[in-house]
Amino acid sequence: MAFGISSIKPKTSRTTAEVILLLLIIIFCIFPFYWMVTTSLKTQLEALTSPPAWIFEPTLANYTTVLFKDKMGLSLINSLIIAISTTALALILGTPAAYGLSRFEFRWKKDLWFWFITNRMVSPVVLALPFFLIVRKLHLLDTHIVLILIYLTFNLPIVIWICTDQFRSLPRDLDEAAVLDGAGPFKIFFKICMPLAAPGITVSAIFAFIFSWNELMYALVLTRKVAKTAPAMAVGFMEGYHLPYGKIMATSTLIVIPVIIFALIASKHLIRGLTMGAVK
Amino acid sequence: MLKIRHPKLTAFAFIGPAVISLFIIGIGPLAFAVYTSMHKYRLTNLRDTHFLGLENFKTVLTDQSFWEAMGRTMKLLGIVLPIQIAFGLGIALLLHKPGLSLLRTLTRLSLVIPMATTYAVVGLLGQVMFNMKYGVVNQLIGFFGVAPVNWIGDPNNAFTVICFWDIWQWTPFCTLVLLAGLTTVPEEVEEAARLETAKWFTVLRYVQFPFLIPGLTAILILRTADTLKLFDMVFTLTRGGPGSATELISLMIQRVGFRGFDQGLASAQAIILLALTVILSQLYIRFFYSEV
Repeated sequence: MAFGISSIKPKTSRTTAEVILLLLIIIFCIFPFYWMVTTSLKTQLEALTSPPAWIFEPTLANYTTVLFKDKMGLSLINSLIIAISTTALALILGTPAAYGLSRFEFRWKKDLWFWFITNRMVSPVVLALPFFLIVRKLHLLDTHIVLILIYLTFNLPIVIWICTDQFRSLPRDLDEAAVLDGAGPFKIFFKICMPLAAPGITVSAIFAFIFSWNELMYALVLTRKVAKTAPAMAVGFMEGYHLPYGKIMATSTLIVIPVIIFALIASKHLIRGLTMGAVK
Repeated sequence: MLKIRHPKLTAFAFIGPAVISLFIIGIGPLAFAVYTSMHKYRLTNLRDTHFLGLENFKTVLTDQSFWEAMGRTMKLLGIVLPIQIAFGLGIALLLHKPGLSLLRTLTRLSLVIPMATTYAVVGLLGQVMFNMKYGVVNQLIGFFGVAPVNWIGDPNNAFTVICFWDIWQWTPFCTLVLLAGLTTVPEEVEEAARLETAKWFTVLRYVQFPFLIPGLTAILILRTADTLKLFDMVFTLTRGGPGSATELISLMIQRVGFRGFDQGLASAQAIILLALTVILSQLYIRFFYSEV
């Protein structure tokens, strides 16, 4: 018996250390999130106590002010319209292209691929300036359509990439059997392959939505008022000496919550998407 | 193989729309950027637009502040990347161990939160938490007897804060990439190695490390590209200040282009940045898509 206990003891202390380490990692990851949410529930007076208060009476006042008085509701709706439209457009253009890439061979396939990868790497500032100058000339500044289109530069590659991968995984026998039944390539795509590729298409849609919803630089330089998105609006609160902490954090919480929900849903595919498939 | 009557036409019907729209939206503006970069082009004085040749590029390449911004960007990468990889590897090894599966799953899920947090919000949160008077960070270090620090107002400290948030946000990325690498080690190989030696470092160095190389390469290239891209978080946190202490390359180009109003010069800077990015993409393609 004594032998048994002495061999268990170092093991349990090791497990305790592991538990503590894992808990520390969790706290480190979610503490800023926790602080954001609690600050959003404080009044301006409570937010500006020094040192900051950990226990207080929570209030939703910041949310009502931000949503109804500061037109944050409008910019959230703008963000939603833009993110959904650009995602839809990326899917409409991207899924057929992905199918084509998985099924046909052609000369500039490699160049196309290179262009997608470059899009993953290039700083938005490179495109933002020429885009701004062109859009300004066309009198399209501060419209939804401009952001919907420019977001395609990063959405379309990610949708095409994830969906190509998905279509490749579908057996070609399916297509061939359908051809024997007299189905044309479009029918095969819509009726057979699209439904089977639904999981991949969903993941790519989640990615496109998150990237568009989070985007700041294009929104900052291409919108003013009418089409202003939520992140651009939140930046606008950072003026003046006494910053409205509660309001800023309420806005931030409203922006971040949907992203975190989507990211958790797609968490299994997160790394694959962020590395364009280099790491599975 | 599929038998299609007009194979080329069919392929074009599928792929054409996407390629054409990407071309118009992506390449069109780039061509315009090349045009402006070779001209004197100022929005405040468009009548004075005239051809300059490579003059703007010469100005940028000999401009000390451009190289300083580039240097700051590389300094940030040089500081955060080793920390992210070291912590990332440590946490990945911890998560790879068997047992405590519920707690490990919870940890893995909470790693998603920093990565998913909107970059702009990270900056705003940074302002709130690192405020000298009302910030929770000064309160927390106060418990250890450290006097309040002026985080955002001081050039060196502001840079430290940027490093902190980048580490917070992207260590989980390194963790998950390396964890994915660890799971590719065949179980029987790893177990055999553990029977041979009790030293975890020997197992890591000789058994697991070879499987981590693709992930490490991906991290190296992508983190470099992402640091060259980094804008939102720094902009909302410090706007590049105080002075130019945190003005990374993307912030500098944005300032010259949109606040300094020399669009020709900013375009030249942007194209130099693009050239760097293209090199990185080439590397990435060489390493990971050799079969395409």
